[in-house]
Amino acid sequence: MSKEKLKSDAEETHDVETTGHTWDGIEELNNPLPRWWLWCFYLTIVWGVAYTIAYPAWPLVNSATAGLLGYSTRQEVAQEIQRVEEHNAEVSNKLAQSNLSELSTDDPAYHFGVSGGASVYRAQCSQCHGSGAAGAKGYPNLLDDDWLWGGSLKEIEYTIRHGVRNETDSNAHWSQMPAFGEILDKKQIVSVAEYVLGLSGQDNDPDLASIGQTVFAQNCASCHGDGGEGMREQGAPRLNDAIWLYGDDRASLIETITYSRFGVMPAWGQRLDDADVKALTLYIHQLGGGE
Amino acid sequence: MGDIFKLVVLLFIIFFAGMAADWGRDVAYSVHAFIIMAIASGLFIWQMRRTGEHKPKVDTSKYMDDVVRAGVIATGFWGVVGFLVGVFIAFQLAFPSLNFDWAQPFANFGRLRPLHTSAVIFAFGGNALIMSSFYIVQRTCGARLWGGNLAWFVFWGYNLFIVLAATGYLLGATQSKEYAEPEWYVDIWLTIVWLAFLTVYLGTIFKRTEKHIYVANWFLLSFIVTVAMLHVVNNISIPVSILGSKSVQLFAGVQDAMTQWWYGHNAVGFFLTAGFLGMMYYFVPKQAGRPVYSYKLSIIHFWALIFLYIWAGPHHLHYTALPDWASTLGMVFSVILWMPSWGGMINGLMTLQGAWDKLRTDPIVRMMVISLAFYGMSTFEGPMMSIRAVNSLSHYTDWTIGHVHSGALGWNGMITFSALYFLTPRLWGKAQMYSMKAIDWHFWLATIGIILYAASMWVTGIMEGLMWREVDAQGFLVNSFADTVTAKFPMYVVRGLGGVLYLAGSLIMAWNMIMTIRGGAVQSVATPQNNLQPAE
Repeated sequence: MSKEKLKSDAEETHDVETTGHTWDGIEELNNPLPRWWLWCFYLTIVWGVAYTIAYPAWPLVNSATAGLLGYSTRQEVAQEIQRVEEHNAEVSNKLAQSNLSELSTDDPAYHFGVSGGASVYRAQCSQCHGSGAAGAKGYPNLLDDDWLWGGSLKEIEYTIRHGVRNETDSNAHWSQMPAFGEILDKKQIVSVAEYVLGLSGQDNDPDLASIGQTVFAQNCASCHGDGGEGMREQGAPRLNDAIWLYGDDRASLIETITYSRFGVMPAWGQRLDDADVKALTLYIHQLGGGE
Repeated sequence: MGDIFKLVVLLFIIFFAGMAADWGRDVAYSVHAFIIMAIASGLFIWQMRRTGEHKPKVDTSKYMDDVVRAGVIATGFWGVVGFLVGVFIAFQLAFPSLNFDWAQPFANFGRLRPLHTSAVIFAFGGNALIMSSFYIVQRTCGARLWGGNLAWFVFWGYNLFIVLAATGYLLGATQSKEYAEPEWYVDIWLTIVWLAFLTVYLGTIFKRTEKHIYVANWFLLSFIVTVAMLHVVNNISIPVSILGSKSVQLFAGVQDAMTQWWYGHNAVGFFLTAGFLGMMYYFVPKQAGRPVYSYKLSIIHFWALIFLYIWAGPHHLHYTALPDWASTLGMVFSVILWMPSWGGMINGLMTLQGAWDKLRTDPIVRMMVISLAFYGMSTFEGPMMSIRAVNSLSHYTDWTIGHVHSGALGWNGMITFSALYFLTPRLWGKAQMYSMKAIDWHFWLATIGIILYAASMWVTGIMEGLMWREVDAQGFLVNSFADTVTAKFPMYVVRGLGGVLYLAGSLIMAWNMIMTIRGGAVQSVATPQNNLQPAE
């Protein structure tokens, strides 16, 4: 496209001159800055200057200007937390000091605890136990009445406070099933797995299971009980029901027996305050299986 | 003599790369060393066969367009690859079972996500910027590219960088800095390539036959210079071993975060904004056949943009360990940046004054207009989201993802597509693209795709922001994180479908480019373009 053509087009539509340069046929008009654009630009600059005077902004040698409004994000959060804490102070103190088993379900502190516990649960516990508390493989279901370490308020509170098999709290629940792969031979493991399948009411190989019964009596019954009814003092799960933390199929059972399992839960007493631990206890207890 | 020297150098590279592949301390490093060894071996054989043969003399009276042609093909290719990975990871988010067990750990979301971002930003966007800056700087300077085959080194070197980065992600080599994931040796390689790019570009500008430097070149030069600075500073790290990919960052804690987002935001500012504005300032007036609207506006908004952008990074770190003063400055500069950003949109759109009828007749102009419209929208949305109060809702939500994509798919994608449609027929000597109808299809598929994408991300972003902050009367959180994930599912499916449409459009473009390149006799229309034009 020739220069003359462009220029004549330009003169038809505007009365604006070009700058007189051409690059590969491209010309530039000499239009002024759009007024609205310029004023908006000025406005944002004026606003920017004012804002940096009002708020912490300009770095100095060892600090920065604090701003006329004395604003700080940390202070804002602290105030917000303080406001909520003051609002809840009475009921929260009552919860922290109360003996949970004596707390009436009509008490405002009880309701405060359950909803507070639900909130703590969503933030801290749902990652493993699921947002509906139904658990997952390796993470116990909290809705049912099958408790590894006990389901009373006191026992739940202890488990939350000290956790399970962690290195940080010397009072944590601690028990460890041996890895029977180092103790029993392959045949014995397969047989005892068949026997345990039978205990939980599943189809099994009766011949193997009868061998497994002896193996069970000699190796497993001391913790899991003669009939597989489990033992809470040891955190030994019940085997004669349909609830399985690591899977109820043959392969999972053999894996569990061979290598053992080692589920860990943090000691939440080290991370949450008293009122939160108690609130969480109330929440877990009322989910369905509390004793 | 020169050939012998090259052969010796290649032999050394083969030897050392082979050693590195053997002794490498991790898979990614060994694979990379092997790739380099394989490439050097191929070059060695190629060089040996050529040695002593007569080399045809290069005609330096014409523009150097072979490298631009290669760049056009690479841009189209990487675009399709990047969009495809994007669609796949979008569906991985909606349907986590697409993180196939048999493909672990290579194809899980965590590794494919940087593959997608690097493929679209650096492979697709980077090739688009390099090839169009090579094209533009020659035309607007009336000079052949300076440095002979150095331009080819830039092209192949940059694409080697992309291959090393991409394979590194899949094999687990990353320094975990967003948009700066590649490890130390890949960073060093990119630095060398980028300096070569700068040299070619500056060399061409120095030997220009035009008196003045056209505005597109200001933007492109600021892009090249600033990206070099950002890349070097953000990637300062000490390798754990010369034989391994792992390295340790020089900065730690909040300094590292600030450096990272100074880099990250200016990668948006200078790579995706200034660089693509450079493209816009050439292709829009050329395609519309109109003069640029305002020379004055281009000066003012250029200097305002590059001065202000560099300060805006801290808005990525509101409500973090970053001091309040830095956060305030980041926000204030971002808001002031609003008008300078819009200067480019105004200049682009107003250039069409007197040619608005082309919106009806020319699908390429239509693409440019929608691109500028998305540019304007996302450069308004950006300053708004940088305001602390808005950010407290939008940060960490899908709103950010939506914002980035309305900019990337709308502005960067559409302006690149229109540049490809502009360049392909001209570079291969055809009158026009093989099918103008197909461009129309591409336009509509891409536009609807972007709208589905952006709208679904606004909805889920604002929804999840509100759900996260929802508290009851006693100050307790109402929702768990998993609740928000469940709630987002339908919008994730819509987003994936938007991506499918966008990908479909790019496949049509790839087909159209192939047909244009392969089809028909060379038309005389475009030939004069290939000769150097003297200054007027």
